[in-house]
Amino acid sequence: MSEQSNKTPDTDTAPIVRMEKLNKHFGSLHVLKDVDLTVTSGEVVVIIGASGSGKSTLIRCINGLEEYQKGHLEVDGKVLKPDGKSSRELQQVRTEVGMVFQQFNLFPHLSVIDNITLAPTKVRHASRAEATKTAHRLLERVGIADQAEKYPSQLSGGQQQRVALARALAMEPRLMLFDEPTSALDPEMIGEVLDAMRELARDGMTMVIVTHEMNFAREVADRVIYIHKGEIVEQGTPEAVFDAPQNERTQSFLSRVLTH
Amino acid sequence: MNGSFEFNWQAALDSIPYLLAGVPYTLLISFGGLAIGFVIGMFFGLLRLSSASWLRWPAIVYIEVFRGTPVLVQVLFIFYGLPQLLGGPIDAITAGIAAIAVNSGAYISEVVRGGVQSIERGQREAGLSLGLSRTQTFRYIIWPQGFRRMIPALGNQGIISIKDTSLFAVIGVGELVRQGQIYIATTFRALEVYLMVALLYLAITLTLSLLLRLLERKGLVGQ
Ligand SMILES: Nc1ncnc2c1ncn2[C@@H]1O[C@H](COP(=O)(O)OP(=O)(O)OP(=O)(O)O)[C@@H](O)[C@H]1O
Ligand SMILES: [Mg+2]
Repeated sequence: MSEQSNKTPDTDTAPIVRMEKLNKHFGSLHVLKDVDLTVTSGEVVVIIGASGSGKSTLIRCINGLEEYQKGHLEVDGKVLKPDGKSSRELQQVRTEVGMVFQQFNLFPHLSVIDNITLAPTKVRHASRAEATKTAHRLLERVGIADQAEKYPSQLSGGQQQRVALARALAMEPRLMLFDEPTSALDPEMIGEVLDAMRELARDGMTMVIVTHEMNFAREVADRVIYIHKGEIVEQGTPEAVFDAPQNERTQSFLSRVLTH
Repeated sequence: MNGSFEFNWQAALDSIPYLLAGVPYTLLISFGGLAIGFVIGMFFGLLRLSSASWLRWPAIVYIEVFRGTPVLVQVLFIFYGLPQLLGGPIDAITAGIAAIAVNSGAYISEVVRGGVQSIERGQREAGLSLGLSRTQTFRYIIWPQGFRRMIPALGNQGIISIKDTSLFAVIGVGELVRQGQIYIATTFRALEVYLMVALLYLAITLTLSLLLRLLERKGLVGQ
């Protein structure tokens, strides 16, 4: 059974995400089919796949933004029940798991600095001064130290996404989820966001990334997962998946996306 | 006096001090009622949004009943009907405030619901994904944004409720219209007096409109 096949010594490096035979339906649509996914600390996992294949749904299950129907899911040592909408465990998991969305989802009524300090002060009960200091440090790290007092609508898309990244990092997460973080950006702004993510990966952050940026995936990923109609059909190192894909559906997907 | 076909400016001006005595009552009933109506509206508007049907249904019933019946009937019911149940009279001002409260409350419930629902799903998801509880997400993220979007509709309701208080002349509250009626009964200058009454309502509602526009402009900063 699967418990034996993908065993990980849960003594010192227990996986941050352990998903076993996860199944998810939207009504009659079977979106995720027996998905097994284990992410260990420090690992960078990139998920690729065609539109509608279930990438977003998969990544959103990890922090409970989507419910699921069957299977087992453990994140940061806590079991997330299928419909544990408002459970305490879920909230605890969310404080340890950051997420960056395709549409940034910054809070438009709050300044950049308030966007970043909101969760640390309300959830972690950090002092205002402390949270502000951390926020400035993070803004510097993502290269927009001078934008702290502005409102999201006054920033470019690339800057907004970097604020969103800083906002998530302010909670000092143990795992970062990215759902197509550059898909809503003008081409000239993609680089600045990828640079910030690259640096994060270099610093050892555990990351699960859904992206269509194949060059970036090849460069930062420890493991690439190809998902097709809700099933993981292939996974391995970037070299293995990109240069010598075994599954013909992976081959045909890659030949389509790598040509342009 | 002259023929009644002529507009008598003097009569119009003379009525003003008398009419002004009604303005505090008009303001008290409308703003008192609206303040309570806002609390009611927040309560039922949020219930209306609940995913639990046993919470949603009372809200739907409340909204439909008080939106679907005339405010005049509501105030008559409260002023003449309720004392039968309570065993003691209700004073006219209290009845007026209560009528505006339950009536505007029904409309404001829908305003609150619309405002909250208008906030993109991603805002809630961003809040939750940062580890904020559902209550915190609502309080710090959804409500502040939703409230700004409610301001125009709330202002609209305010203006409607101010005008609705004119109906309460029938239960003898000494508000603007009632003051006008009493004055006309002794002077017979209906044309002049009702024009002055109308202008006073207009002065109140225009002031509110202006304040709201200022608020909206301020509220838009940082959106
Ligand atoms: N809330 C929902 N209700 C119903 N169906 C949904 C919902 N969200 C997603 N789906 C469906 O589930 C399937 C997987 O969607 P998902 O968003 O996970 O795909 P994706 O791989 O992220 O696609 P994309 O690359 O376009 O973002 C799609 O067929 C989609 O239409
Ligand atoms: Mg997606």
